[in-house]
Amino acid sequence: MSTRDLARLDAGPRRAHRLVNRVLTYLFLVLVAVFFVVPVLWLLTAPFNRAPSFTVSLSQPTLQNFPDLFKNPYSASSLLNSAIYSLGSVVLVGGCAGFAAYALSRVEVPGRNLILIVLLLLSSVVTGSAAIVPLYFIAFNLHLIDTVPGVILLMSGGLLPAAIFILKDFMDGVPGSYEESARVFGANPLQILRDVVAPVVRPGLAVIAVWIFVNAWGNFLIPFVILRNPALDPASVQIFSFQTSGGQAVLRTAAAFALLYTLPAVVLYLVVQRRYGFRFYGGIKA
Amino acid sequence: MAQVRIEDLTVQFSGGTRALDRLDLAIEDGEFFALLGPSGCGKTTLLRTIAGLVLPSAGRVVIGDRDVTRLPPGDRNVAMVFQDYALYPHMTVAENIAYPLKVRRVERSRRQEMALSVGASLGLGELMERRPAQLSGGQQQRVALARAIATRPDVFLLDEPLSNLDARLRLEARTFLKRLQGELGITTVYVTHDQAEALAMAHRMAVMDRGVVRQVGTPVEVFQYPANLFVAQFTGSTPMNLLPARVDKGALTVGGRRLPFPSGSYRLREGDRVTVGVRPEYMDLSTVERHDGLPGRVAVVESLGVTSLVTLEGEGISFQVVVPENRAPRAGERGWAVADPARTLLYDDRGELIRAF
Amino acid sequence: MAQATSPIPETALPSAGLTANPAGLSRPGALAFITPGLILIVVFLAVPAAWTLYLGVTNYALFGPQASHPSFVGLANYAQALHDPLFLSAVVVTVAYVFGSAVVGQMVLGFALAWKLRQAPAWMRQPIETLVLFAWIIPAAVVGFLWATFYGPPPQTGTLNTVLHTQVNWLYQFPIPALIVFNIWRGTAFSMLLSGAALNTLPPSYLETARLAGASGWQQLRDVVFPSIRGTLLTNLLLITLWTFNDFTPFNLTGGAIPGATTLPIYIYHEAFEFSLFGLGSAMSTIMLLINLIIALGYLWVLRRTAR
Ligand SMILES: Nc1ncnc2c1ncn2[C@@H]1O[C@H](COP(=O)(O)OP(=O)(O)O)[C@@H](O)[C@H]1O
Ligand SMILES: [Mg+2]
Repeated sequence: MSTRDLARLDAGPRRAHRLVNRVLTYLFLVLVAVFFVVPVLWLLTAPFNRAPSFTVSLSQPTLQNFPDLFKNPYSASSLLNSAIYSLGSVVLVGGCAGFAAYALSRVEVPGRNLILIVLLLLSSVVTGSAAIVPLYFIAFNLHLIDTVPGVILLMSGGLLPAAIFILKDFMDGVPGSYEESARVFGANPLQILRDVVAPVVRPGLAVIAVWIFVNAWGNFLIPFVILRNPALDPASVQIFSFQTSGGQAVLRTAAAFALLYTLPAVVLYLVVQRRYGFRFYGGIKA
Repeated sequence: MAQVRIEDLTVQFSGGTRALDRLDLAIEDGEFFALLGPSGCGKTTLLRTIAGLVLPSAGRVVIGDRDVTRLPPGDRNVAMVFQDYALYPHMTVAENIAYPLKVRRVERSRRQEMALSVGASLGLGELMERRPAQLSGGQQQRVALARAIATRPDVFLLDEPLSNLDARLRLEARTFLKRLQGELGITTVYVTHDQAEALAMAHRMAVMDRGVVRQVGTPVEVFQYPANLFVAQFTGSTPMNLLPARVDKGALTVGGRRLPFPSGSYRLREGDRVTVGVRPEYMDLSTVERHDGLPGRVAVVESLGVTSLVTLEGEGISFQVVVPENRAPRAGERGWAVADPARTLLYDDRGELIRAF
Repeated sequence: MAQATSPIPETALPSAGLTANPAGLSRPGALAFITPGLILIVVFLAVPAAWTLYLGVTNYALFGPQASHPSFVGLANYAQALHDPLFLSAVVVTVAYVFGSAVVGQMVLGFALAWKLRQAPAWMRQPIETLVLFAWIIPAAVVGFLWATFYGPPPQTGTLNTVLHTQVNWLYQFPIPALIVFNIWRGTAFSMLLSGAALNTLPPSYLETARLAGASGWQQLRDVVFPSIRGTLLTNLLLITLWTFNDFTPFNLTGGAIPGATTLPIYIYHEAFEFSLFGLGSAMSTIMLLINLIIALGYLWVLRRTAR
């Protein structure tokens, strides 16, 4: 037997093995897809059903749920408010985190990783319910109760550490020579950040912007605690007014509202994903 | 246009590495000056200190008649081309070239005009709207040069700008760069670890080793009269033959053989130990016995194209000779290597060149 | 030329060789960049966090005399918490929830997805990635809604019971597994993204070399992939552990009313709001913070050890 025949003999089982492997991979991926899609199906059917139940079904299709939904005077305003709070958070947290992450990425601060991790820990405390009382008092003393900036500012503390942590990693990946060459041309640090570093890490900024938006968009506790005026409530608070009363009629509008409330976040994600690709580049490491 | 003077420059990094050690250097106005040395010897550090990206621990950097030691990089009117070119991936070629002008607040239409004209003069006319990722290595290198030229600097600082190009392109770029520098007449400091590049391009060059300059001179001086064994070993496309020898009754004993002194007269005493240095290119191979030749057996023959590099094994020493292709011997044959006395150098026991008088 | 040779005293220059950082950012400059974020962090993070820690040693309550004049009670709240069987069971539930859903579930599924999707054709990869990310993007209230209907118990049979033809009250009968499955669904996206990014940093030659040497998929992972991306995987582990530990979303599924599904954040919420025991709630938060701190220190320790 020549070596060629030997190779061919060997190739038979190996090819079969590879085929099995591929089938298993596809099976795994299909199962995962099913797992992730099934719970969402309800959100795609219930809003269009005249009598939605807890099961996925389109037994009585209708579009009437949406106009009914807007009979509630706060349906529209809450979505608008959510947009204001979320976009405000993106600007405030994204901006502050961008500057801070850049400085931390470029200037040696002893123990900066430890500092960041401690901040991450603390941020998990203030997003928890126990910190609500202190947060309330701070908002009260700073005259932030029932104000738009109040909601945005109070959410920032919980979002900043993770935003800095993740953005810093993107900034770490920018080659130093980009900035050095700009410096030799005479650019100052602000110009370098604006003209060179920020555009280079744009995909990272996009990811962080979506992350901040989604977090602020879903935040319930802070607006719930510091807002008194229902006209200022965001959708995250408003949605419970559909749920809590119970009953069939409410499930209809609640489902419709849930869909409207979900769409902006999803659309934002899809736009960013399309334009920049939604991914972390380096793989964050401390 | 300006002269660059480096005075007593020391750079010690916080880790304790002394990258430059009391270094002095004077680069003339309009000169193409090469900094040559092995990796890690401090070339980049010196260049970055001139640019102001590294602050020295001691010493001065003077450009023209300005002491720039403490000026920030942007105020020195120098331009630097980085090894990776540092082209901004989000800007087009035109925007990249115009960016330094934007930083200097040149008005938009004016800077576009300047970018276009510099780009065109470097053969980038067709590529102005592309982004760096869509360019070949050679084109990227030209964009980096154009960006540096557009600022009309007093001094050009180039850090191994050709090292990312493939061999063929590197030769073309070398010629291009040398011509460009000649036309612009801008003082240029060029860092390279490739001795052929330094020899080919520079008006003058400095050979560096572990933070100090070991020799400064024209390429011809450095090639023909390396000031010490370090420079001798580092320059030349084939390593110089360095053979231990002894002064013995008006002749040199090398590998058990008595050879005549090189041309010129030397202050040497009987019994002194020296090193004989002669480049393979300056040796000839004879197939018949020569009393002034080093005998050996041919061990390896390497074709270099027009010439062949022949390695011979002698008595306890081995040496190399470059011969024309048509005279290449075969492995195993005997031969006598004869050094050109006018091109043979002697080094003392500290490795310094002994100059004839 | 005379001027050129006159030496300047070394003291006039920085004694140690200073490299400015690439950005040329001075320390004051860096401070200016950090300040806005720092102010927000101090006012809206450090102060409330410290305040919470302080409340933990008081008998503060939302109403009654302790509301206006809380008094110092030392470690009494801690003692009370540690003797409270419900608190201890919430700790156990939380640890099981974190371990099952974050450490095992999200981490393993996220990595497996990132690894397998690299080999999958683009028409499969993009939709699956997007689906996984949707689960992460949908607002918590809606997610709670979706899963409450999905697990819907008999009178209002949900999708799961309909598909399986069962009549199980999933959240009551299997609270921890139900929450774990839910949270795997909710949070795998982050691990998938991070693992994918880390895998992209691997030079293809690493895997090719291993493959040429005849390494199986598992051997490639063990010998080449994991050692190279360990740092990222550990960071991922830390972040998802902290997030899951403090995750309040299960409340949206259970309404906080299912005993076996009461995680620490939910239990603390009960104590603080329903019983108005803010001192006790804060002490419990502090205990939770300490557990998180131990996890983070463990993470740093492993990271430092593997860095060597
Ligand atoms: N920022 C730095 N910090 C510490 N050491 C450095 C730094 N930059 C360079 N070095 C060290 O200084 C020496 C000279 O480096 P460099 O100038 O880059 O050499 P070359 O360009 O000749 O290869 C090397 O030993 C290098 O490790
Ligand atoms: Mg270098």
